[in-house]
Amino acid sequence: MAEQNFDLIVVGGGPGGYVAAIRAAQLKMNVALVEREHLGGICLNWGCIPTKALLRTSEINHLLNHLDAFGFKAENVSFDIAKIVDRSRKVAAQLSGGVKHLLKKNKVTVFDGTGTLDGVAGGNRKIKVEKDGKPVADLTAKNVILATGARARQAPGMEGDGKLIWTYKDAMVPKALPKSLLVVGSGAIGIEFASFYHNLGVDVTVVEMMDRVLPVEDEEISAFARKSFEKQGLKIRTSATVKDIKKAADSVTATIETQGKTESITVDRVIVAIGIVGNVENIGLEGTRIKVEKTHVVVDGHLFTGEPGVYAIGDMVGPPWLAHKASHEGIIAVETIAGMKTHAMDVTNIPGCTYCMPQVASVGLTEAKAKAAGHEVKVGRFPYIGNGKAIAMGETEGMIKTVFDAKTGELLGAHMIGAEVTELIQGYVIAKNLETTEAELMETIFAHPTLSEMMHESVLDAYGRAIHF
Amino acid sequence: MPIDILMPALSPTMTEGNLAKWVKKEGDAVKAGDVLCEIETDKATMEVEAVEEGTLGKIIVAEGTQGVKVNAVIALLLEEGESADALGKATAPKPAPAPENPKTEPAKAEAPKEAVPAPKAAAVEHGERLFATPLARRMAEQAGVDLAGVTGSGPNGRIVKADIEAAAGKTKQAAAPATAAASSEAPKTAPTAAAPAAAALTKDRVVALAGNIPYTEIPNTSMRKVIAKRLTEAKQTVPHFYLTVDCEIDQLLKVRAELNGRGDGHKISVNDFVIRASALALKKVPAANASWSDDVILQWNQVDIAVAVAIEGGLITPIIKQAEGKGLGTISSEMRDLGARAKAGKLKLEEFQGGTFSISNLGMFGIKEFSAVINPPHGAILAVGAGEQRPVVKNGALAIATVMSCTLSVDHRVVDGAVGAAFLKAFKGLIEDPLSMLL
Repeated sequence: MAEQNFDLIVVGGGPGGYVAAIRAAQLKMNVALVEREHLGGICLNWGCIPTKALLRTSEINHLLNHLDAFGFKAENVSFDIAKIVDRSRKVAAQLSGGVKHLLKKNKVTVFDGTGTLDGVAGGNRKIKVEKDGKPVADLTAKNVILATGARARQAPGMEGDGKLIWTYKDAMVPKALPKSLLVVGSGAIGIEFASFYHNLGVDVTVVEMMDRVLPVEDEEISAFARKSFEKQGLKIRTSATVKDIKKAADSVTATIETQGKTESITVDRVIVAIGIVGNVENIGLEGTRIKVEKTHVVVDGHLFTGEPGVYAIGDMVGPPWLAHKASHEGIIAVETIAGMKTHAMDVTNIPGCTYCMPQVASVGLTEAKAKAAGHEVKVGRFPYIGNGKAIAMGETEGMIKTVFDAKTGELLGAHMIGAEVTELIQGYVIAKNLETTEAELMETIFAHPTLSEMMHESVLDAYGRAIHF
Repeated sequence: MPIDILMPALSPTMTEGNLAKWVKKEGDAVKAGDVLCEIETDKATMEVEAVEEGTLGKIIVAEGTQGVKVNAVIALLLEEGESADALGKATAPKPAPAPENPKTEPAKAEAPKEAVPAPKAAAVEHGERLFATPLARRMAEQAGVDLAGVTGSGPNGRIVKADIEAAAGKTKQAAAPATAAASSEAPKTAPTAAAPAAAALTKDRVVALAGNIPYTEIPNTSMRKVIAKRLTEAKQTVPHFYLTVDCEIDQLLKVRAELNGRGDGHKISVNDFVIRASALALKKVPAANASWSDDVILQWNQVDIAVAVAIEGGLITPIIKQAEGKGLGTISSEMRDLGARAKAGKLKLEEFQGGTFSISNLGMFGIKEFSAVINPPHGAILAVGAGEQRPVVKNGALAIATVMSCTLSVDHRVVDGAVGAAFLKAFKGLIEDPLSMLL
């Protein structure tokens, strides 16, 4: 097979890979993109986007169940789970088609197959592309970016079977709504599914090994979230583990140990969301200098693997496993390859959003982590109940917390829970990226009436100057 | 008393600027280091920082005003506890001492001087804006790092937190060389060359550099700070070059003895002759009586000679104005009066502010020759050494003459070598033939 030469080969077409490919094309590189399944990757096809479509559905359901508060009356409200799932799939398909178009527009050559590192020839990296075991193409390029992503971590004894025990993929396309559900793991993925199914009327129990839900979030936010979930009727077990699983024909009985106490519950389905592992197998890492630690490829601040001409980005290089982190890493890697001046990724500037109800969003250090890092902190808080827009919207549950370095006024972190916080967080992310201090945030004018006013008040509160609380 | 906030000079040659924008409003609390307003010159836009704490009482020069003279009062700052009533008592806008000239009245010197908002030194130098994040600015201030010396690693060279940390770390290393070895490991992810250390000359650092020997602290007076700032700026921004000439002054000494022996009270000094000769030489070579501006070279139509006078704690440069039209007697008596009042700290502002040329004479201390630092906006300064008997060659034979070496420091932007030489030739001619000064 004749070799096709490119300036850059990107292996993996998720939000890391396709963004890297487009950026490289902008920089006049001749780019090949190898994708084995769907352009857009997990994010677009089985993650962020379809779940947001589902969560929109559950939000609407929530509103429909509270119409009375807004003066409406409706009877016999019902839904069709098949239609809900179908809408979610259509949204994903539309966006995947959009990515295909973008790549075409940027003259990126897309190869359908699995890309594998295949040694070096004449100073170029070789990539072998195969589909179903059959060779598709042999590619060469000076540089390669690996962006193969990650997949759900399996728990021994609770491996996904597509029927009773679901991974996120199964949970996204239910054929029928279960009556009861056990969600193992309360990170973003677990909590989003718990929230979605609970809002559609499913009896949901969440089991978390750590002592709080959403364990990467600020402790106060975790506590707030738990209280809110439990008020809605979600059952939550923390410092808990699933000891045993017994499958029946159409149900599962799980033994849960919570701080020494055991209980046994029977549910229709189980969703396992206990983290992810990197897709580092069968991509030709063997015999290279590329190191793998805890299923993730080791890279430096500029995503270089140590193997000449090979960079790696996104979920496969480690947490936080977020699409926007992967995309940004793709940009850094491409610009580094292009010889441009780039900066190393600063993880404290990566926002994280969880689309449960209420929403959770954050950036930077939690209060505890800031203190552990040696900062003397000033902390501000502002509750939704003190905000006019929130009250008008009927969304009075939530808070915005800010953490500043007492000495320099650096915004160390912002932590939010409540309606629309996933849209609000970007204000703080920009502020943080521009290295503003409390002074600039205080002097900024926030529009009234908006939820964003709470972002201002939280900053003011950190300095004892909150106006409306 | 409200503190006057004055229009700062952003560069040695700046005489006026535009008040682009007020960042603080009347009634705003102001901390030292807060940006008060933005000043615009043809070269750059600069932030003006508050030096003192208080409340911005009154804005005198409105936003958007063009051509505000340096040292004009642009706002009044109320000190803590001072009410707005005090504004009424504040005197109307008055010219305040120029930062480039040392103060004459030490008692009054402190307050207004410190109220002069210090423009960000950094950006002045090349007339460029300085980009730094708010956090970087604050950290630099806290760590005593001069932003001017920091290379930014952020987008478009913006100075970010990490650059200040690197610069502050370096300053610390410099102060404690012993720790240098331990910190030799470069950060793995830093792709760019580390920022050059902004060498803030903190007391600790200087003590360490000197080897931690015992010392006595002498406070930096405002005059000292101004001298340090102005001369550093002059030496860094004005391209100096130097021309030296030997003048035989036996004739001059003879004429001087004659004049002073007439018993009409005249006591003319050699320096008076030097002033007179300089003035006449500048009149003859007007190209040397000039100042640089970015737009045009300003060739002055009169010769105002600033003469350096040593005073307690520093020096000051009173001016003989329109010296080209003044005789030796007038120059002599004016100089004696100015010198006495300079030492007493009683000079008026206009008597030491300005000038087109300067003279510094260290002859009375036996200095043979030296080179002086130009005092902007002057285009040149003449450094005068001692008149002493030296062997000279005359008509192929050794002879003895009283010789005075003079060195002209010249701003090459204004005055080229040939022009400087022409001035010195004229000057030498006048000094060596003092009767020609009568013409």
